[in-house]
Amino acid sequence: MSGDHHNTEESGPAARVKAIEELLASKGLIDPATVDAIVDTYENKVGPRNGARVVAKAWTDPAYRRRLLADATAAVRELGYAGPEGGHLVAVENTARVHNLVVCTLCSCYPWPVLGLPPVWYKSFAYRSRAVSDPRGVMKDFGLELAPEVEVRVWDSSAEIRYLVIPERPAGTDRMSEAELAELVTRDSMVGVAKVAPPKRAAR
Amino acid sequence: MNGVHDMGGMDGFGPVVREVGEPVFHADWEGRLYGIVGGLLGGVGVNIDEFRHAVERIPPARYLASSYYERWLAALETLLVEHGVATREELRASFAKFGADAGIDAASIARAVQTKGPAPLKEAGDAKAPRARFAKGDRVRARNLNPPGHTRLPRFVRGRSGVVARDWGVFVFADTNAHHAGKKPQHCYSVAFDARELWGKPARTRERIYIDLWEDYLEPIESKSKSKPRRKAQARKKSVRRPS
Repeated sequence: MSGDHHNTEESGPAARVKAIEELLASKGLIDPATVDAIVDTYENKVGPRNGARVVAKAWTDPAYRRRLLADATAAVRELGYAGPEGGHLVAVENTARVHNLVVCTLCSCYPWPVLGLPPVWYKSFAYRSRAVSDPRGVMKDFGLELAPEVEVRVWDSSAEIRYLVIPERPAGTDRMSEAELAELVTRDSMVGVAKVAPPKRAAR
Repeated sequence: MNGVHDMGGMDGFGPVVREVGEPVFHADWEGRLYGIVGGLLGGVGVNIDEFRHAVERIPPARYLASSYYERWLAALETLLVEHGVATREELRASFAKFGADAGIDAASIARAVQTKGPAPLKEAGDAKAPRARFAKGDRVRARNLNPPGHTRLPRFVRGRSGVVARDWGVFVFADTNAHHAGKKPQHCYSVAFDARELWGKPARTRERIYIDLWEDYLEPIESKSKSKPRRKAQARKKSVRRPS
């Protein structure tokens, strides 16, 4: 009863979805080419690289960081990112003293334009149930242990606001370019279950 | 509705497990379904709140046994029938043609819970964006509401006290919009709850849960500074935001 299995039986949901798609297409209600385009968009175009670019820009451009914290929807649109589940974006910033974590306990709301579609664990009952009652325990499941003095803020996406965590910029990255920094930023760090690790190559 | 979907604070689901590879879709049908829902629903008069409610109306045992996209599929089938986009007979005939198993029957889902789907109510004329009743720093209590229909007021916060952290402006009210009973635009706030207020003494002191709550979910705890919030509220002139 984990709810995160994936049914690939031919007579199961696969056949039902095919049947529905054909029925709706025959009624002229959907165009399979539109469905193709939506699938392609979320498989290949919209994903956490968008959010990583936003974070890297915020790390390197103080004016952009201010705009992002003041109005994330507009700041994200500056980079060309917008779309469903992105109409009301809010950026929350991690610091040495505050760590933010994002969840949707009631369903699985997620900032699609900057992070793409959510991973299975974000949609899992384990995450949805415990992120609000045991956020530090959930972070431990990801190998992240925060110091006790760090304040944890959990954001439950219960309305139409969608949250993006701006992780802390790791040490030893002062000379890295915005593009190089974007490569370091992980999806997990923008949900708040991880920190951004310092670059792997040895510091010179 | 007090459904199993409202799972904040529940125990027993085990650790959070990451999968290897993390494909966006795990089978073609998941992607097709995602595209169908995205491409269709708005055009046939289904709003996002109604879609979420259709997921919530899946009977609890089935909800827990279904994957995320299996729940979407059940919701889509329910809404296709309820909105008259396709009849049950048409769906059954199409399923038979493609060799789909009996599986979930849309009408049985809709009947399985007492809560009704969308009634063909005329939407009440949308009132103008109202003033904010609360302002940042106000202490508020989440009302103990148990509506039979859609709500975004999690059970774990009902009756609990918190502090208004932000006023997000005016939003369409999910509880009425899901039932086509009017958009009832009103302010939505980020309310900060101390973990100890929600979970009791064993909880950490340095933890706060921020929940986005519509004004109808909240009541004032004390009104020390009534005049100041009013002034702020009058200055606000935001247009009504609609769910994206």
